[in-house]
Amino acid sequence: MMPYIPYNIPFVAVALLMGVSLFIILFKRNLIKIIMGIAIMGAAVNLFVVALGYRAGGVAPIYTSTPEGAMVLPVPQALILTSIVIAVSVIALMLTMVIHTYRHTGDIDAKKSRLLKG
Amino acid sequence: MEFLTVHSPALVVAVPLLAAFITPLISRIGNKFRDTVNVTFLSFAAFLMAVLAVDIYTSGTRIYTFGATVPELAIPEHYMVPVRIIFQVDGISIFMGLTTTVVALAALVYSLQFVKDETGQDRFYSLFMILYVGMVGLEFTGDMFNMFVFLEILSIAGAGLASYRVNLADAVEGGFKYIVISAISALLVLFAIGILYGEYNLLSIAALAHNMQFTTLDMIALALLGIAFVMKLAGVPLHMWAPDTYAVAPAGITPMIYTSSAASMYALYRITFTLYGGHFDTTAIGWIVIILGVLSMFIGVMMAIHQTDIKRLMAYHAISQSGYMLLGVGVGLAVLTDPVALAAYGRDAMNGGIFHIINNALYKGMLFLTAEAIFFRIGTRDLNRMGGLGHNMKWTTIFFIIGALAISGIPPFNGFASKLLIYESVFRFNPLLSVIAMFVSLVTLASFTKVFYSAFTGPEMSAYKEVREVPKSMLIGMGVMAAAIIFFSIFPGLVVNTIVAPATNALIDQASYINGVMGAVP
Repeated sequence: MMPYIPYNIPFVAVALLMGVSLFIILFKRNLIKIIMGIAIMGAAVNLFVVALGYRAGGVAPIYTSTPEGAMVLPVPQALILTSIVIAVSVIALMLTMVIHTYRHTGDIDAKKSRLLKG
Repeated sequence: MEFLTVHSPALVVAVPLLAAFITPLISRIGNKFRDTVNVTFLSFAAFLMAVLAVDIYTSGTRIYTFGATVPELAIPEHYMVPVRIIFQVDGISIFMGLTTTVVALAALVYSLQFVKDETGQDRFYSLFMILYVGMVGLEFTGDMFNMFVFLEILSIAGAGLASYRVNLADAVEGGFKYIVISAISALLVLFAIGILYGEYNLLSIAALAHNMQFTTLDMIALALLGIAFVMKLAGVPLHMWAPDTYAVAPAGITPMIYTSSAASMYALYRITFTLYGGHFDTTAIGWIVIILGVLSMFIGVMMAIHQTDIKRLMAYHAISQSGYMLLGVGVGLAVLTDPVALAAYGRDAMNGGIFHIINNALYKGMLFLTAEAIFFRIGTRDLNRMGGLGHNMKWTTIFFIIGALAISGIPPFNGFASKLLIYESVFRFNPLLSVIAMFVSLVTLASFTKVFYSAFTGPEMSAYKEVREVPKSMLIGMGVMAAAIIFFSIFPGLVVNTIVAPATNALIDQASYINGVMGAVP
């Protein structure tokens, strides 16, 4: 029954990261911190999907040179590679917007930057 | 021709994508040349879409498997499940594709003159094409992860375009709100995909639907997907981003972002009807959709009444109109497992809800364009500072009147046709809902009457003596939409029978969607 404890650790970490990121996104007012929250949320989701593909004692899924035995699933890793690339571009775009906001208003506080309301 | 038909699902995505990436290159030759190339490429994509539509309405669902020897071969030999990325285009997909294409063509032509004096035009057109690709891909794909990728593509392009006018502080703020909402909803979608993949080892929608057990994990995934797509389609109570983003996006882009919300709505329907269809208590989920719809309708229109910013007002109406679509299809979902009720009124309710998607994309898109035409000429969106514009902007006034009458559901315009379908069928489901829908329609009329009086009528104001009609390309863009609205108004029955009814059937008939891919598997 030993393997069960290490198996679940990634999912506990996912839950923790999700909680932290939701807290940050909902309650922080600094735009940079909101972006950090989204980045943490992305990390949590990526960790979740990669951990799903893990097999105990599995080897890297390189088909041309695998030793005998179980491989970890390659599909989640391929998916997450895509997702990481997307996350980088989303975060880069968000940061440029924050730079523009700062230039216009001299502030990156979400409460003060309220040109649009009502 | 045969070749075009077979490969059209892939080409309709590939052609605008090619245009997007060559645009920065060819704009070195000249702006005129670039505009011509872009319009040509999008027209070609529209032609492909038409070819595909004719094929689908005559011979049923079309499947395109990327990387397969034969595009129709969804499941490779010696496999039991689809492993390749599949585009599965059925009635509802092509319906959404046609809607997107008409709006994109009108918006592109409109934008030609609108962004003429701005900087960074090549990037504008690149992102425009990518936004179109994102929407069409989202509507065509038959693969969950692919759906996530296209959702991100349209979100990134949409956010970049919404804050295109970075010299305006509010544009950046609106774009930022959109990208934050989009990033969160896309991550929720990815989380749900992870859950489904962990459970079934599958990504294809048809194969997932075939194996659906509806365990607790599936319920969590459904909740995550539901929240994510309701967030993206700006349904109340997750609508906060929409007025800000719609209000600040440049003219051609607001209809596009609005249509991308409709694409998210399509994704919501695809998830509830096709992926989970028949496995859950459809009445309960149907009621949730109905309540979301009624809330959106009512709160949207109530928030719209007191707005003084013309585009913000229209954005709240956009939220309110989305409510009608949710209401109509929600009634269909609620009676999905009851064949008698479905035949008696459920199908009509869904026809109304789906017909409303295209009607609304047309007249709402056109109203956004007229609003921005005013902004283009007088430089303000504030209704209190407008007046007497009807004297100088005759065509814009006419287009505005058409759009306003259509959105308020005044006969004989197309808004009346779809709303009547909704009223009649929803009345048989629950009379109260129908009464609320009619009340909302009345308030909409009142609100647009206010806009008409404050912007277009009255004596000519001295400040706006020099205001002229907007340039030709902007008029053509609005004219395309107006022509489509008038066509839909004259032949509502024809439109419902040819393009709306197949869409409804595609949603209801989950088995044929699954068989399209899993047919070979016992």
